[in-house]
Amino acid sequence: MEFGPHLLLAVIEGSVGAAVLALTALGLSLVFGVMRVVNVAHGEFYMLGAVIAWYVATFLGAHPAVGFVGALILAPALVAVIAMLVDWLALKRVGYDPEATIVATIGFGYIFQQLTLMGFGPEARPVDPPFNSRIALPWFEFGENGLEFYFPWGLSVTSYKLFVIGAAAVLLIGFWLMLSRSKIGLVMRATELDRETAQAFGIPVDRVYAIVFGLGAGLAALAAVLIVPIQQAHYLMGHDPLLLSFIVVIIGGLGSIRGTIVAALLIGLSDGIISVFFSPTLAKIIATLLVAFVLVFRPQGLYGKKAA
Amino acid sequence: MNLHLETKGLTRIYGGLHAVSDVDFSLERGKIHALIGPNGAGKSTFVGMVSGRIPASSGTVMFEGQDISNLPAHKRMRRGMAYTFQITAIYANLTLAQNIALALQDRNRDKALTALKRIGLEDRIDQIAGDLSYGHQRLLEIAMGVAQNPRLLILDEPTQGLAESEIVQFQTLIRSLAGDTTILLIEHNMDVVMALAEQITVLNMGQVLATGTPQDIQSNAAVQAAYLGTE
Amino acid sequence: MKTHLLHLALIGLLFALGFILPDYHQGNFSRIMVLAIYAMGYNVMFGYTGMLSLGHAMFFAAGMYGFGLSVQLGDLGVIPAMLLALLGTAAFAALVGALSLRTIGVGFMIVTLMFAQAVYLTILYAGKYTRGDEGFVLQPEARTIAGMALNQPDIRYFTALMLFGLVLLGTGLLVRSNFGSVLVAVRENEERTRMLGYDVIAHKMGAVVVSGVISGLSGATYAALFGYVGASFATVQYSIFPLLWVLLGGMGTTLGPFVGALLMFYLIDYSSGLTNAYMLIVGVALVLLVLFARAGIIGEIRKRWVPWLP
Repeated sequence: MEFGPHLLLAVIEGSVGAAVLALTALGLSLVFGVMRVVNVAHGEFYMLGAVIAWYVATFLGAHPAVGFVGALILAPALVAVIAMLVDWLALKRVGYDPEATIVATIGFGYIFQQLTLMGFGPEARPVDPPFNSRIALPWFEFGENGLEFYFPWGLSVTSYKLFVIGAAAVLLIGFWLMLSRSKIGLVMRATELDRETAQAFGIPVDRVYAIVFGLGAGLAALAAVLIVPIQQAHYLMGHDPLLLSFIVVIIGGLGSIRGTIVAALLIGLSDGIISVFFSPTLAKIIATLLVAFVLVFRPQGLYGKKAA
Repeated sequence: MNLHLETKGLTRIYGGLHAVSDVDFSLERGKIHALIGPNGAGKSTFVGMVSGRIPASSGTVMFEGQDISNLPAHKRMRRGMAYTFQITAIYANLTLAQNIALALQDRNRDKALTALKRIGLEDRIDQIAGDLSYGHQRLLEIAMGVAQNPRLLILDEPTQGLAESEIVQFQTLIRSLAGDTTILLIEHNMDVVMALAEQITVLNMGQVLATGTPQDIQSNAAVQAAYLGTE
Repeated sequence: MKTHLLHLALIGLLFALGFILPDYHQGNFSRIMVLAIYAMGYNVMFGYTGMLSLGHAMFFAAGMYGFGLSVQLGDLGVIPAMLLALLGTAAFAALVGALSLRTIGVGFMIVTLMFAQAVYLTILYAGKYTRGDEGFVLQPEARTIAGMALNQPDIRYFTALMLFGLVLLGTGLLVRSNFGSVLVAVRENEERTRMLGYDVIAHKMGAVVVSGVISGLSGATYAALFGYVGASFATVQYSIFPLLWVLLGGMGTTLGPFVGALLMFYLIDYSSGLTNAYMLIVGVALVLLVLFARAGIIGEIRKRWVPWLP
């Protein structure tokens, strides 16, 4: 393939990655923003979402679409419940102390990962996409007769991938509206600004925290359900999304929703494009160092506001 | 007049708001100088800039004739300042002996005992500081400032939360330092101010409203309007 | 004085055990003592200075690869390679400190995590020299000091004990020193310490370098005694281990790192015979420690019965 079509392909792959990453990172950002909790188990919630999706799809059997829709509803809900249990069992009890919550979520991360290894096993298992037709994409060139369109071999996208991009966009917009317009969004922002004052105004802060933690984990699970027909479910699959989400949340400015989404698109796209053309290891080295340096020299992130 | 500390045009802006605005201030060596003013007048911000805890937006701080505006806090302390916090900041998990040793920069037990005697806590030298009553913790905090053997001691609302008897103890301690140590005192309790201070500066809305002896200040109409009248 | 007697007693006990332990456990103890050095290094920063690093594997790996590559590619002897590895780790720790100390709290944890991740990926990327995930084996002939083969079980045990003892006595001295008491002061109340006239950043920098070098010593010793250098020692897991050991044994205690490493080693050793999901133990232990025993084993003993424990 020539450079142009190759780049288009990379952009599409990158968009799928960016879409899923935006959802995952939004969950991490929400939890950090409202609760000031760094959830190291976030990647494992993502993994649980994919694994539960496999169980649901396998259990429902029937048509792939039935299994997929079932998974899309059940997996995030179950993961949210698990996360709320973690909040109730541990995070609340240590008073959301930053160091203690980090250590506790590292612990829960190992617990989920290893329990999955025991129950689900070490294999990678696929979930069938609900639909998966191949769509060939046109490319153009300036030939003797002026602008010509043709279909280069290998330049195609599946309908499912387009669906993932669209679904993620709809979900992100829906989420944005929920946070900015609805009462629950208002309550969350009030809690984020000042926990004590929110409590004084009768906001049940404990319940808000539990809901936010559940919601954050649910978003990761949702992202995983969307991706699992493309990548298979595996007990170690949470590692990369966790790292990338960290990168996104830090670059976007800790706790800033808009920054998170912009950074997710930027990083998801460039990750997709860079790994098509360069060694993925080198790309990751550059990305991790970039995050470290942003934290060191510009801790408010690239989009966050500077603290007064 | 022997100037110990002098600020020129000291200013601190928080997001467009002038917390402290263009303050010229001078402190005579060996004097007890009180800084008073209503809440939010910028007193803590001002001494924060003097001690180096809070970076100044502009202006200079001269200490013992030298410009220390660009020195970090710990170097200012090394030059002979000490600072006690408005919100008690002792080492709650360490013993009184360890607390004092850190302030003295010396782990000699006799020296720690001497320092604790000044606040009457020598019997509790091996207790954990966090187990002390609130008033005793405040006294320990002040004792740590004194133990640093500073030439300039900055006290941010030292008597807040102290019982009457402890306030008497505090006043005795401060008087025993007078002459050798210059004391800059932020204080809300006007009885303490009138009993101790030789000079008073009134801050209001981040600016100096008046400076003078306690008598001057008591009779100053502007001060009464802005501050004393509201007490 | 009590401190040093206690440490000497433990060293004496381990010395005696060197003659009694059956082969299998002697081998385990050699490994545990080397890993305990790592934990003691971690404890200087986390336990005494209150800085939680999530990336200490980078220092362990710096020592391990510094030593391993010096032997493998540079043909150096054990002692020069060890010195070079320690020097390299010290310089690396100073660099990491200079950058990461601009952040505090959560920022510091994530920065250390990211630096460690970058180190791990760099090891993979430089696979030509490091042989990536697979790692490389140091030949027994390259691992001798004055004719003593470090792969001999007895020599290995007593070499490990000697270094373990040195570091244990060293941390005993450190904790009792002025420098050590200022580190504790920084942990307890950073702002107060600054306002008492101490240069907090310089002390933290000292803690990072000392902690990094001790961790690097552990990594280099591991390579020298067990003859294997691999990228798995640079993974996040190896950054979490010392945190776990120190939490379990007792943060801010001199004996805690050894006790934690010992218990965790045997717990994992035992459970990995039962299931391949043995890391489950690590997760459960972390959660339980955070919830119920923040002070760890030695810390609880100190709190309840023996307040003078260092």
